[in-house]
Amino acid sequence: MDPRLLLLGTIWLRLRGDSLGAFGHYLAAHFDTLRLEFWALFVGGVANGLLYGMIAVGYTLVYGVLRLINFAHSEIFMSGGFAGYFVMRALVGAGAPPAGIASVGLITLGIVAGGTVGAVMATVLERVAYRPLRRRNAPKLAYLISAIGASYFLFNLAGKEFGHLAVSTPQPYINHPVFHIFGAPVQMYFVIIFIVGLVMFVALDRVISKTRLGRGIRAVAQDAETASLMGVNIDRTIAITFIVGGTLGGAAGFLFGLGYGVVYTMGFVPALKAFTAAVLGGIGNLRGAMIGGLILGIFESLSVVFVQAAYIDVVAFGILVTVLLVRPTGILGERLGRAA
Amino acid sequence: MKELLAKTAVRRLLITVGVVAVIELMTGPPGSNTEPIYGFSHSFGESSSFFGLFRTQRWVAFFCLALICWGIASVWFSQGPRIKKSLHDASAMPRRAFERRPVRWAALGALLAFALLLPHIETQPFWQAAMVEQISVYVLLAIGLNVVVGFAGLLDLGYVAFYAIGAYTTAWVTGALPTPPLFGHALNPFWAIPIAILIVMFAGVILGAPTLRLRGDYLAIVTLGFGEIITIFANNLYGITGGSLGSKLIPHPSIHLGPIKYDWGLAPVPYYYLTLGFIVLFLVVFSLLERSRVGRSWTAIREDEVAAESVGINPLKYKVMAFAIGAASAGFAGVITASQSNYVFPSSFTLSFSINVLVLVILGGMGSIAGVVLGAILIQTVTEYLSHSPPSGYQPSDLYIYLGALLVTMMIFRPAGLIPSRRRKREIRLSEVEHEGHLDEVLTGDDT
Repeated sequence: MDPRLLLLGTIWLRLRGDSLGAFGHYLAAHFDTLRLEFWALFVGGVANGLLYGMIAVGYTLVYGVLRLINFAHSEIFMSGGFAGYFVMRALVGAGAPPAGIASVGLITLGIVAGGTVGAVMATVLERVAYRPLRRRNAPKLAYLISAIGASYFLFNLAGKEFGHLAVSTPQPYINHPVFHIFGAPVQMYFVIIFIVGLVMFVALDRVISKTRLGRGIRAVAQDAETASLMGVNIDRTIAITFIVGGTLGGAAGFLFGLGYGVVYTMGFVPALKAFTAAVLGGIGNLRGAMIGGLILGIFESLSVVFVQAAYIDVVAFGILVTVLLVRPTGILGERLGRAA
Repeated sequence: MKELLAKTAVRRLLITVGVVAVIELMTGPPGSNTEPIYGFSHSFGESSSFFGLFRTQRWVAFFCLALICWGIASVWFSQGPRIKKSLHDASAMPRRAFERRPVRWAALGALLAFALLLPHIETQPFWQAAMVEQISVYVLLAIGLNVVVGFAGLLDLGYVAFYAIGAYTTAWVTGALPTPPLFGHALNPFWAIPIAILIVMFAGVILGAPTLRLRGDYLAIVTLGFGEIITIFANNLYGITGGSLGSKLIPHPSIHLGPIKYDWGLAPVPYYYLTLGFIVLFLVVFSLLERSRVGRSWTAIREDEVAAESVGINPLKYKVMAFAIGAASAGFAGVITASQSNYVFPSSFTLSFSINVLVLVILGGMGSIAGVVLGAILIQTVTEYLSHSPPSGYQPSDLYIYLGALLVTMMIFRPAGLIPSRRRKREIRLSEVEHEGHLDEVLTGDDT
């Protein structure tokens, strides 16, 4: 949306506002704010959207191969956040935050730590909470309940081990505005998210569409039985899918923790929104997850102008319900195999 | 190394040690952000008494425990079927006796008499209060959620919303909210009971009608979000709900009908009898429903929605019914809580509450009314015992860790619950034996 259009809208409302009464004034005032704040909100929205997209990839991949929603993905995200937090705490000393190459190294280390811990958690989760049920061919409800139990167990255990209070991650960089878009400053934090998010998405997209591994995942997503007849090791493919999703989720956890701090319940809301993003783009569809994440992030960020901050989560949830009711297959449709 | 790992006995030992290590962590001392290692190291390294016999480090005690468990597991895996069969044979006589109707009625009567006498047997104030606030209320919630999860097979993670609506309706009707009361003047909470039940059932229809078209897993997430939204609204709408400060004083219920005059005061026992009466009422209604045409329709939808639809059952209609009916008992539980404790606070209606109730249903057995009641009494009694006289090193928040672990364990080892409902057990067995047609839904994993 071009802010110039908003300016036109504001002028029109200024002129015609009287005939619309109080509501006209409300709209005029809010459109004015939206016009002034548009790019700042947009940048923040894109950054949040990329984070949602990175988490949503975990939901979408697992849904693609197993046809079930990994409810415990929020805790993979949380564990990545804590891993990054502890690495930063150990490496970043007190005093002025490091700059230059040291920052790049530290952030890379944090991402690696978050991603690794996320991948390990995802593997453990798959082995303990899912595989025994898969062996038995349990009904779908059993998976959901097992996953919810695992999620509940994990975040409360994290609360016990790491305390119940939120703490902020030591900053490995100086968060200054790097450049300006139409007068809106773009902070270093957002730049880091843009770079990391884009690199990860492009890499993942390549892996899924070009490599042998990705072909295996797509084959299992399309038709598991046939894939296994063609020599795809299903158990291994599923394990790898969890690892890939866990890596991105854990890395997103680190990046999120960098900006907003870590706490044992940090996974719940971002994961619910990431799930919304996955559904919005078409669950099971990799590119859909990225696009859904961006749309949700931007929309949510812009809606700050119109609703109180406390109701932002309600907006995201409203989008989820609307999408599910109006177009449950999402924007790009559902198949992992077809889309990538 | 690989060959050694392939041996079942070795693998079983490693799994047992792993599980015991996790238990050690769960029961150990807490860490904190400043000292994250503390919890881990002291869970294993701290010295503790081994059942009062001798003092040793925790890991030694737990390693012994792991070995014992491993031994039991080994015996069970080699002798399990035989032990099971002999137990089955031994219990055949009492079971057959129990299947006869007079015996069942006598047993139910004895249970009811016991429940009626309970406040006179257990006279400690703590336990009398717990019987109302923690056990009876949760029994109500569990049998209500059982209708949704057990009978209709719909996973509702926002069940707390109905409980909250029930409690807030009570506050509204009695004029304890900033909004003017429903009928212009404040009513006695006693009249809130029918009003709350009606409003909650209506809320069930409103929420259910759009969302119950969704597939099972989507429904779970949507209800999860709905539960959160209710809390957000309750927390932020200061003009309507009183916001995070909660409500003003809610009066105790009382009844003045001609010659009958009774006041429910501060003491828990009168509430116990009131709740018990409604529990019996809900139990009768729900078990009649289960056996009725409606209950059979729920089972049909749960087992195969397409097949159910093809024989003329309208799935949406029956699902919405399950939602509304299941909500009713939560609404009543909300009235009891609000009118007994005098206040409603948004902070008491959280996600953990919904999960807590779900654990009761899962432990007892989805779809089995007797099981669910047993599960609720069992877990809530243990919970209360833990908060009444906590063992050393136990923090109240540890409870949630145990509940989460319990959910996973139940799903792995006994998905049908402690007292499985016959239909449900058969269903799970059938789906596990018949692999055909399920492969694409949820994969079968074979080792070979």
